[in-house]
Amino acid sequence: MAKTYQAGVKEYRATYWEPNYTPKDTDVIACFKVTPQPGIDREEVAAAVAAESSTGTWTTVWTDLLTDLDYYKGRAYKIEDVPGSDTEFYAFVAYPIDLFEPGSVVNVFTSLVGNVFGFKALRAIRLEDVRFPVAYLTTCDGPPHGIQVERDILNKYGRPLLGCTIKPKLGLSGKNYGRAVYEALRGGLDFTKDDENVNSQPFMHWKQRFDFCQEAIEKAQAETGERKGHYMNVTAPTSEEMFRRAEYAKSLGTPIIMIDYITMGFGATTALSKWCKQNGLLLHVHRAMHAVIDRNPHHGIHFRVLAKVMRLMGGDHLHSGTVVGKLEGDRTATLGWIDIMREEYVKEDRSRGIFFDQDFAYMAGMFPVASGGIHVWHMPALVTIFGDDSVLQFGGGTLGHPWGNAAGACANRVALEACIKARNEGVQLEKDGGDVLREAAKHSPELAIALETWKEIRFEFDTVDKLDVAHK
Amino acid sequence: MSQVQDYKSRLSDPASRKFGTFSYLPAMSDADIRKQVEYIVSKGWNPAIEHTEPEYAMANYWYMWKLPMFGETDVDRILAEAKACHEANPGNHVRLIGYDNFRQTQGASMVIYRGNTK
Repeated sequence: MAKTYQAGVKEYRATYWEPNYTPKDTDVIACFKVTPQPGIDREEVAAAVAAESSTGTWTTVWTDLLTDLDYYKGRAYKIEDVPGSDTEFYAFVAYPIDLFEPGSVVNVFTSLVGNVFGFKALRAIRLEDVRFPVAYLTTCDGPPHGIQVERDILNKYGRPLLGCTIKPKLGLSGKNYGRAVYEALRGGLDFTKDDENVNSQPFMHWKQRFDFCQEAIEKAQAETGERKGHYMNVTAPTSEEMFRRAEYAKSLGTPIIMIDYITMGFGATTALSKWCKQNGLLLHVHRAMHAVIDRNPHHGIHFRVLAKVMRLMGGDHLHSGTVVGKLEGDRTATLGWIDIMREEYVKEDRSRGIFFDQDFAYMAGMFPVASGGIHVWHMPALVTIFGDDSVLQFGGGTLGHPWGNAAGACANRVALEACIKARNEGVQLEKDGGDVLREAAKHSPELAIALETWKEIRFEFDTVDKLDVAHK
Repeated sequence: MSQVQDYKSRLSDPASRKFGTFSYLPAMSDADIRKQVEYIVSKGWNPAIEHTEPEYAMANYWYMWKLPMFGETDVDRILAEAKACHEANPGNHVRLIGYDNFRQTQGASMVIYRGNTK
C-alpha cells in the first residue's frame, strides 16, 4: 500500500525506534553510549541517533517516498542502562549492509560517527563497539600479511618481538639517527622504529634517514645472523609523497614501513595497506591522535572500534597501549581490544568491553604493539598480558641504559628470553618474574645494570577511561 | 654507577652470530631441554628436529632430521631423537621445533645443542 506525503516534523521514534526488531546477520550493528539533553526521553534520542546516522533528516521530504525507506533506514532496537551512570544509556542501532560502500571504512565512519556527533539533542555520544557482518568484512582486504606470515618472513618464533623507538624523537641528523638504530639492532632487538612525528624535517630528510637506517639494518643482520627491520615512517603531507617514500623504501630492500593512520587518514592508510600487500612490505601502524578521539569516556569513539577498523583497513602491527607503562590503558579493556586485533572470532564479553560477537572469517590478525614508558622490570607482566604474538617496544628502556643502546637492547632480549623460558617451564611470571630476572642477570652484566637503573620507576596514575561498571 | 663496558659483538667473530629464541641465554642443560619438550607436548604441538652448519644458520631451511614427530607425546623418545641428531652432527646447531598445525606456525623454536662457532 503506497503511503501519502505529509509535510512537517515527525517524532523520530515513529520511524526509527523498533524494539521488536531482531538484527539480521548481514546488518552492521553499533552500540552508542548516549548522554541526552535533560528532558528528552531515551527512545526518542536513540531513534534520533539511528536516523541521523543513516537515512534521516529533521523533517519529512517528498523524495522519501521515491524509495523504500523502511528498508534503508537504521533502526534503534534496544536500550540499556550504563552500569554506574544515571545520565547515560546504551543505544543499539542496526543498519542494513546496503548503506555502506563495500570495502570503505571511510564511508562507514562518515555515516556512523558523522553529523550525529554534533546533534543538538545530545549532550555527548560515544561509539562503543561495532559488529561488522562477514559479508561486509570480506570486502575489506585486512592486514597485508598477518602474524604467521610476518613470523615466517622474519624467521622468529615462540616469543614476542622486540622493538625500540629511536630517541630523541626529533633533532638528530640522519647519520646519528642511523647510529642509534645500528646499536639497538646489534644488541639483539628485532626492530627499531621511527617515532610518529619523524617524517621529513629540516634537520633530517626522509631519504637520508632511510639510507642510513638501511645500512644499520644490513650490518646488524650480518653481525648477529638474525633478521632485522626499522619501521621507516612514510607518513607525508600528501598521499603522492607517501607513495614516493614507500617506493624508495622498497627499492632499498627494507622489510617494513610505517604510517600514522589517524593523521594520514583512513583513505591513505587503506591505499598504503594494499600497496604493502602487493609489494611484500610489512606495515607498522601508529595511532597518534587516537586519544583525542577515544580517551573521553562520554564522547568520541572507543579505541576497540578504532582497532577493529584498522584491522579491516589492514595493518600488520598496531599500537595497543602497554597497561603497565606511561600511557593510558585499563588492563581488561586492553585484553578486549588485543583480541580484536589478533583473534579469528571474538565473543561478546562485557567484562572486557566487547558488546558483540565478531567473526573475522579469514582476515589475518595484527601484532599488538606495547610501547611507551616500559623497561626490563615490566617484562614478566608484559609477557603475561600480551603473550607471544606481540611486539614489545622499549624506547627509553633501551636507549637509556648506562652503557648505551647495544647493552640496553641486549638486556631487554635477555630479560624477554628468560621470561619466555621460565613461562614454558611453568613459572608464574607475574608472581615470580622478579626472581627470573635476577637469576638471568647473573649471566648478563647488561641486564644486571638495567635492573639497577630502573628499579624505582613506576607509573601509577588512575585510568581516565575505565570500563563501565556499577560502583554504587 | 659502574664503569661503561664495551658491547662485544664483531662481524669478524663467528661467535657473535645469534640463532633465534633463547640464543641470548646460556646454553641449555639436559634438564632445561626436557622442560621445553614437555611444554611443546603439553601444547599439543608436533615436535620436530632440524640442524645446520652454524655459518648457514640464517637460511629459512635447515636440514630436517627425519620427519616431524607427528602426534608424538613421549618426552623421552623426542629427547632421544634430538640427541641422536646432535651425535650424528656434533658441529651443527640442532633446533627443536613445536609445529602448531592449527595456526600453521611454529609455536616454539629454539636451538638446544649449539654448534661449533670458533
